[in-house]
Amino acid sequence: MQLEVNGEPKEIEAGATVRALLTSIGLGETLVAVERNGIIVPRKDHATTPLADGDRLEVVHFVGGG
Amino acid sequence: MDELRIGDITLASRLFVGTGKYRDMEQTRAAIEASGAQVVTVAVRRVDLAKKDAELGRYLIEKKYTILPNTAGCFDVETTLRTARLAREMLGTPLLKLEVLGDEETLFPDVPATLEAAKILVKEGFVVLPYTTDDPITARKLEDLGCAAVMPLAAPIGSGLGIRNPYNLEIILTRAKVPVIVDAGVGTASDAAIAMEMGCHGVLMNTAIAGAKDPVLMASAMRKAVEAGREAYRAGRIPRKLFATASSPLAGVIGSKQ
Repeated sequence: MQLEVNGEPKEIEAGATVRALLTSIGLGETLVAVERNGIIVPRKDHATTPLADGDRLEVVHFVGGG
Repeated sequence: MDELRIGDITLASRLFVGTGKYRDMEQTRAAIEASGAQVVTVAVRRVDLAKKDAELGRYLIEKKYTILPNTAGCFDVETTLRTARLAREMLGTPLLKLEVLGDEETLFPDVPATLEAAKILVKEGFVVLPYTTDDPITARKLEDLGCAAVMPLAAPIGSGLGIRNPYNLEIILTRAKVPVIVDAGVGTASDAAIAMEMGCHGVLMNTAIAGAKDPVLMASAMRKAVEAGREAYRAGRIPRKLFATASSPLAGVIGSKQ
């Protein structure tokens, strides 16, 4: 299925969870927060939240700022 | 102990530092350490899927800094709220530096949008520290909405122009019941000291340190300036007088008649 992750197209197998997506992009152990179609997916739900074709995801972290 | 309380956190250091604009992670680490700050600000951004560099958050948590995520770069309420919620999801704590910017050239806050966002975020349980103008009415409204502090700018972000309107700041300080933290505009150590001498409860800065020729040395200077300014405020300065008052006794000078 086709997702949009941080504005970029991303292909992933059908039925993948948020956790699987993070692992597939190398962020399995990283401190990130995920928003799916404008709604936050809490970390505890990453492994149990399936993604759907066309989902828009924002994956953010902390960067230097003032 | 002269500590600063914001929400339910207690701080020995009144200097809040940003983590942006440093040359690299090593310089960031050295500068924030030299500043003695306990609270450090960070921004929330998309992970660059090509780089995936998430060193900063991990380091700050490991070193037990109090992380103050900001909503910098947000120009509307909706993006601000989403950014704030993402920050809280990452940290698990409700501390937030609220910034809703008005335009890219001045980076002045959009005050109506800031008030609107503050109202919603306070209701959602955030401990909101809003970046605002030095307008006393706005400061009062933010306080009335339940913000844990108010953070008026001293001058535009990154401008280094110092405390441009001390009288407005003084009005805010006289009336505020929450801590007043000068956020933005400080250029050098004396600016920070002046803010603290006036009775500000803290100073937040980024560019003044990160943009200095030697950021680590400037971080150390800022630490001392904030401490010195705070001590001077607590000590109570002498009144300004037009004419001199001698420090040495005028009587008993040699060769005098008596």
